[in-house]
Amino acid sequence: MKGLASYFTKRVVFAVVTIFIIISFNFFLFRILPGNPIELLYRNPMLTKAQIDALYHQFGLDKPLWEQFLIYIYNSLTGNLGISFYYKQPVTNVLIPALENSLILLVPATILSIALGIITGVVSAWHRGTKLDFALLGSALAFYTMPTFWLGSIFIIVALYIGGIPVSGMYSLGLNYTGIIPRIMDLLSHLMLPLITLTLVLYGEFTIIMRNSLIDVFTEDYIITAKAKGADDKRIIWEHAYPNALLPMVSIIAINFGLVVAGAVLTETVFSWPGIGLMIYDAIISRDYPILQGAFLIISITVVIANLIADFVYSYLDPRIRYK
Amino acid sequence: MIDINDLFVRYKTENGYANAVDHINLRIEKGIIFGLVGESGSGKTTLGLTLLRILPPSAEIASGSVNIDGTDILRINENEMRKWRGKRISMVFQGAMNSLNPVINIERQVAEPLIIHENIDWEQALKIAREKLALVGLGENTWKRYPHELSGGMKQRVVIAMAIITDPEILIADEPTTALDVVTQDRIMKLIKSLQREYNLTTILISHDLPIVSEVADKIAIMYGGKLSEVGENEQILRNAKHPYTSGLLSSIPEPGSSKEIKGIPGEPISLVNPPKGCRFYNRCQFASEKCKNYDYSPKIVEVGHEVYCTLYGE
Amino acid sequence: MTGLSDFWKVFKRNKMGLTGLGIIIFFFLMAVLAPFISPYNPNQTNPNLFLSPPSSQHLFGTNEIGQDLFSRNLYGAQISLEVGFAAAAVTVIVGLLIGLISGYFGGIVDEILMRVTDFFLVIPSIVFMIIISAFLGPSLINVILVIGLLSWSPTARVVRSMVLSIREWPFVEAARASNAGHFYIMFRHIMPNVIPIVFANATMAISNAIFSQAALVFLGVGDVNDISWGQIMHFALYSGAISAGDWWYIVPPGIFIILLILGFILLGYSLEEIFNPRLRRV
Repeated sequence: MKGLASYFTKRVVFAVVTIFIIISFNFFLFRILPGNPIELLYRNPMLTKAQIDALYHQFGLDKPLWEQFLIYIYNSLTGNLGISFYYKQPVTNVLIPALENSLILLVPATILSIALGIITGVVSAWHRGTKLDFALLGSALAFYTMPTFWLGSIFIIVALYIGGIPVSGMYSLGLNYTGIIPRIMDLLSHLMLPLITLTLVLYGEFTIIMRNSLIDVFTEDYIITAKAKGADDKRIIWEHAYPNALLPMVSIIAINFGLVVAGAVLTETVFSWPGIGLMIYDAIISRDYPILQGAFLIISITVVIANLIADFVYSYLDPRIRYK
Repeated sequence: MIDINDLFVRYKTENGYANAVDHINLRIEKGIIFGLVGESGSGKTTLGLTLLRILPPSAEIASGSVNIDGTDILRINENEMRKWRGKRISMVFQGAMNSLNPVINIERQVAEPLIIHENIDWEQALKIAREKLALVGLGENTWKRYPHELSGGMKQRVVIAMAIITDPEILIADEPTTALDVVTQDRIMKLIKSLQREYNLTTILISHDLPIVSEVADKIAIMYGGKLSEVGENEQILRNAKHPYTSGLLSSIPEPGSSKEIKGIPGEPISLVNPPKGCRFYNRCQFASEKCKNYDYSPKIVEVGHEVYCTLYGE
Repeated sequence: MTGLSDFWKVFKRNKMGLTGLGIIIFFFLMAVLAPFISPYNPNQTNPNLFLSPPSSQHLFGTNEIGQDLFSRNLYGAQISLEVGFAAAAVTVIVGLLIGLISGYFGGIVDEILMRVTDFFLVIPSIVFMIIISAFLGPSLINVILVIGLLSWSPTARVVRSMVLSIREWPFVEAARASNAGHFYIMFRHIMPNVIPIVFANATMAISNAIFSQAALVFLGVGDVNDISWGQIMHFALYSGAISAGDWWYIVPPGIFIILLILGFILLGYSLEEIFNPRLRRV
């Protein structure tokens, strides 16, 4: 069990260091890159000296750099991410509800795409070399290469043609719900297209990984052992091959959280889903830098935590790490 | 009684078919340890896999029959065959390699054949598994462990426990001691011998190592190039070897109990793809003559129970 | 040269690779020939033809200011290929250097570089790209640099693991024993053995870059002034054409991107199969 403890310690330390680097990066990006907001503020003729001074104070720019840095880290860690230029509210207040909305889309899409990837991958591997394998692999590859925003746009056009399917936002505007059930139904109908889009663009890679990893496992000696025991195909796949093939899947899923986020950002933009992705899109247009920074920090932390969870799942699945 | 008749198994390769088991006839009596000896590429493992019908997809059983107690197991359907695998015929693979699943613990892997074949719940199955593990010399502290935590010898015992848990009639052990140290080899062989005695288990012991096999086997068959070259009682093979290849194997024994690869016979084993007509051993045999080129592998009976496949002996 | 002709002999039999190469050549010709085969000047507007559906005059229809979408889609291949190759070059060079140094020196250097690599592997790079692009302002070179500098970690990992084994090969050991300089050994002895797999990796980097460029431009943080497939899609959304159901505006650029990326992925898979003996199956 000592191995497991040191494994976890390593992972947690790495996660903390990663978050620290992201915070530092945010700090320097805000001050160093050309066209940074401080520089812009300084040049803004609309602002009075007093206003500039106030803003300087808000950003702590009247203090030495190292002190600014410490203050920034302290603020970031305590959730004080500054004030949005556009919303004139603390960034956290704006982003936390957006994060919740994003997760409503992201979590089911991730789960669905993994499930779909596993099922199609297993079927494809078991029927390898057949037309079915070719078809499943082909569609996986097609969806994998499909730009998210393009697929979303196509769905919108199709949905508009059919009619009656919401293509934008989370809830219907101007509706007074008579209870929780109609509200949830409304949410689900809005969720449908973004969810399908995100699931489809994500599952392809999982299919390919699952299939290849299973085909590798099929050549292992313990699969022949299982066969020699009298196990049928179902048992060989699900009891013997699948748990082993899942290991590379989990590491790929962990690495791919960045991709999931990218997919979510683009999906939200197309469907005007009020999550962090749409927030970023709007912030780019309105040059709302504190929101951008805050969004980057929150997304990064989410991804790092998701990675950490994946590491724990991996160690749970692989006894070679669990018992060392 | 296992009765192998005219068995012909071949693999599809890029250069044509490889005849791994080339029209072989063999009878294996009940309750004995039958040693099957040959170099790698002699077809001995293929013969073992054929008895369970777990050959890789590239293999094809082209002709022949394998009768076990009156059933030709090459003719029954896959569902029927599954009931034989791990129940009536078990196989022990080289345990030091990867024949155990890395993510399932020992006792569950050992118990699995019971779950597959008997109407039994996991609790009972695990109880029996633990008894069998104890029987092969593995204590309680190993039962819940995973393969990577065990030594090669321990893994080999696990594989044996797994194979005997359903009280099979036939046990096929393919290179069960390869990659183990000499002391462990000896212990595993003693274990196999004691199981055979205790349960009257028909054991087919497949190995490249004649000395090791001869320590426990009642009968021995020597394979070369997909063909049998000599079959006989243990004593007949050891004391009265007739085939030049068998003599070569015996003379190349460096010291008892060693597992070194056969060195004493000059030349390379022939390819199983498009083998030459006549005796497969022709190019390496010091007694080779013209008539060997047309040898049709008709057996010569030396004495009761002792057959040799060579032109040197009587017409 | 024998190496190259040997390679071609093997490659020629690989259907997947040939398909990929064929697709890439198709788009390459499209990009080069765009000025000669475009029926219209892609920037020429026509106030009488806003968002007109495909016709014999305008094969892919027109956009919201009456520009010919067929011509614009042909020209779009140029930016995708430019960004794809340039960003992949940055990716591959950085990844190769980091991988070589990390694998060759090992120890603390390796530990630090690999943690940095892990960092870039973990962070959501598209969001990173969006934010940096938003700060830097839209320009082609910025897009190339941002994509290139944020995508090298997979290449670095692959190169490192190869260097780790090549380092133990006898001729490298011999070179080290003869006190050859580190950089000499790294670039003369080790690098040539890594290059093939780096090529396979480069095709993945190219498809990744094409995808990222389209996404950045689509979101409006890339270079919105140059004609590219991402830009066409950006304006399709921005102008409300999608909400109006004008499918001809959005369908072609997406299909072109899918095909081009697919071309590079197929080429990459086949190269990996040829160069990586572990994947070569009988």
